[in-house]
Amino acid sequence: MSGGVPMPAPRQDMEYLCADCGAKNEIKPREPIRCRECGHRIMYKKRTKRMVQFEAR
Amino acid sequence: MDIHPRRLVGIQPERVTNVSSTEFPGHYPDEDHSWDLDKFKRNLKIRVQRLSQRSIEFDLVGVDASIANAFRRIMIAEVPTVAIEHVYVFNNTTVIQDEVLAHRIGLVPLDVNPTKLDAKEPGESPTDRNTLEFKLELECKQNPAFTKASLASNPNPSDKDLYINHELLSSHLVWQPVGEQAERFADCPVKPLNPNIVLAKLRPGQAVDITLHAVKGIASDHAKWSPVATATYRLHPNVVIKKPIPFERAEEFAACFSKGVVKIDKKKRTVSIDPHHLRNDTVSREVLRDPEFASLVELSRIRDHFIFSVESESAYPPEQLLVEAINVMQEKVAAMKAAANALLSGGVVGEEEGDDVVMEDA
Repeated sequence: MSGGVPMPAPRQDMEYLCADCGAKNEIKPREPIRCRECGHRIMYKKRTKRMVQFEAR
Repeated sequence: MDIHPRRLVGIQPERVTNVSSTEFPGHYPDEDHSWDLDKFKRNLKIRVQRLSQRSIEFDLVGVDASIANAFRRIMIAEVPTVAIEHVYVFNNTTVIQDEVLAHRIGLVPLDVNPTKLDAKEPGESPTDRNTLEFKLELECKQNPAFTKASLASNPNPSDKDLYINHELLSSHLVWQPVGEQAERFADCPVKPLNPNIVLAKLRPGQAVDITLHAVKGIASDHAKWSPVATATYRLHPNVVIKKPIPFERAEEFAACFSKGVVKIDKKKRTVSIDPHHLRNDTVSREVLRDPEFASLVELSRIRDHFIFSVESESAYPPEQLLVEAINVMQEKVAAMKAAANALLSGGVVGEEEGDDVVMEDA
């Protein structure tokens, strides 16, 4: 076998927050979107870890 | 207490009379009303009536309304103070949005002597001479001491029982001394004026991590730099009893004025005005609604007697605010004088640094 699929960059598992109970959930690709704690099917993405600048006005 | 009628603003049931001063040159024949420093000095009086840690009431007597109003406006909008201007949010998972939280933090009054800081010009980079740095870090957690068992003894637990750090307060602002600031502010540690201002409410799992930069500014730019909570004045009330008040109706007459304004002498059976409490009258004109009383009294206010009431909400002690306002006014006058002199000599203003008045020959 030559070529093949290039190794995808070892990505960190994405953590999401359940919209219902707020629990942290790791969701892998093609996995059903479902909270492990409560079964809710709506997830939120986490806030950016980058700094955000504002003017206090 | 007899006051010259020229100094009075008449108060009628439905209008005010003689609002403007008439003591200007040319109004009265054979009277000289050109401005005179000695006369001004003789008439000018400033007396502090009440002083507390945060507020002052003082009388300013013998100036024109334009001067009194200028001081009021300068106290509100042009005396410099220090307030938080730049907000760097690293984390904020509270329900208060970043920009709203930033705005709220900006409005927190800081206990910083503004003379110890330079003004930061736009575009200038922050240094230890013009910027103060603060940190705001808090994370809310469940209170481990509160269990299901404690619910039995305390069936209605408060937020304080249930959580740790459930409120983000102004006292959580921690000053970070930079460079020589620790030395410069050694005698007066930098902190918010009021430690109990709630900036946001938190629930377990929510956290805040913010860095802040405070700079010197004036309130005509943004109200957060205003050194006062209120700065107002009113004219001193004046009530003259023209004909004796019938003693049977003395209580009724007294009820038309604020408390203490009317003195009732039960022995002599006379009704008079207490000059010391007269200042507290609201001039409600209630007395003019009574047909009998209306013909017996005359209501007015003293046009050049200003009762200032100022509340400081800054590092300035309240008695310092008028002094600072006068300093600002003197700077304005100096700039104006330089500009006028330059105009007179036909030159161009703007040689001096910081002068934004530029005049050119027509």
